[in-house]
Amino acid sequence: MSIVAQIAAEEKMNPLLPATPEIIIGLLCFFIVFGLLGKKLLPSIEKVLSERRDAIEGGMERAQTAQAEAQALLEQYRAELAEARHEAARITEHSREQGAVLIAEMREEGQRQRDAIVAAGHAQIEADKKQATAALRQDVGSLASQLASRIVGESLEDVARQSGVIDRFLDDLEAKAAVAQGAAK
Amino acid sequence: MGADVKTQLASEAGCHLFSGCGFPAPGLNEFDFKPIFSVGGVDFNKPMLLSILAALLVVGFFWAAFAKPKLLPGKLQLVGEIGYDFVKRSIVLETIGKKGEKYVPMLVSMFFFIWIMNIMSIIPFAQFPVTAAIAFPAGLAAVVWITYMTLTFKKHGFVGGLKNLCWPSGIPGWVMFILVPIEFFSNIFVRPFTLAVRAFANMFAGHLLIVMFSIASWYLLSPSLGALYGSASFVVAVALTAFELLVQFLQAYIFVMLASSYIAGALEEAH
Repeated sequence: MSIVAQIAAEEKMNPLLPATPEIIIGLLCFFIVFGLLGKKLLPSIEKVLSERRDAIEGGMERAQTAQAEAQALLEQYRAELAEARHEAARITEHSREQGAVLIAEMREEGQRQRDAIVAAGHAQIEADKKQATAALRQDVGSLASQLASRIVGESLEDVARQSGVIDRFLDDLEAKAAVAQGAAK
Repeated sequence: MGADVKTQLASEAGCHLFSGCGFPAPGLNEFDFKPIFSVGGVDFNKPMLLSILAALLVVGFFWAAFAKPKLLPGKLQLVGEIGYDFVKRSIVLETIGKKGEKYVPMLVSMFFFIWIMNIMSIIPFAQFPVTAAIAFPAGLAAVVWITYMTLTFKKHGFVGGLKNLCWPSGIPGWVMFILVPIEFFSNIFVRPFTLAVRAFANMFAGHLLIVMFSIASWYLLSPSLGALYGSASFVVAVALTAFELLVQFLQAYIFVMLASSYIAGALEEAH
């Protein structure tokens, strides 16, 4: 390229003047890019991005729900456990009280039975004693009157009984015996 | 630069420092491509081919990544999602807010298309940022401008739209004499122009720098002290390539960022 030709070429060319064919090709290329990206490729990736966002948010939401559920379940278990403990304590307390009452009742019953038995025994003894005393008194009286009739010769039985001599005598004897017993004690 | 630089280097293969010829400085000729073929008087040139390639790359990548999207993404889908999310969240939703959702596809397409066109600058054999031909950013700026104007007038009506475009709120009345014409001019004419020219000029300058230092490292390479200069120039060319990689991303980012801030302005409630 000679210097002259070069200068001529430079004079012909103005870098600030856009060439129409270049504009057309440039715009065509841009609109091909814009068309394909705008109509097909970017919407499809946008869809996937939003799906992904949903999936992540959904996953997080599910995890949160599960966590909340687990927490609720834990609370429930804890509450139930506490209630069960409480119930157990209540039952223990109750049975302890019941047992105490039962023991007290039984003790009372035993006491009562013992008292009854003792009283019955005492009554029996008393009755036996009385009977024995009466029998003894009679025997002693009859023996004494027999003895006396034998000594005196005739029967004093009726008279003696009527006058209560024998009884008085025996009472005296008893009194003496009682005094002697008291002194002995 | 590919073909042109090759022909230039071929034609001046023996041209080195101290060999009696001057430095073949790169100029506008670096941006003037011979047509690959012509159809009915319309030339099909390298930037056009590269823009088609860029479009195919963007579509191909997103097709591979997003055509059969899965809930659990593969590596490619994950990379695509990161890119998509970056533009959606840190550019569009950040500047426009929730109602910007509708404009995400357009701005995502715009970002990746521009970025890949810019990246063509450092891809071997391509080695030309498509956006350094002003027609490409101009076309995209026109798309942004049409969207901006349509949204403004659709949202506010004709009078309300004009008011939205050139009547800033909270300004004392006498300043309006100056401010209204400036705002009108700035929003309606300057904005699309700067939007296009910013992307164009950055890529143009970056490309020129890389070409300059590449040619210089070849020119300075001679069995003399020039070899040292040549290698220094080469190091600069490599560093500039890395720097351009950043600029390419940044320019795509700024373009889309400004586009979304214009849309946000159009959607703003009337004061």
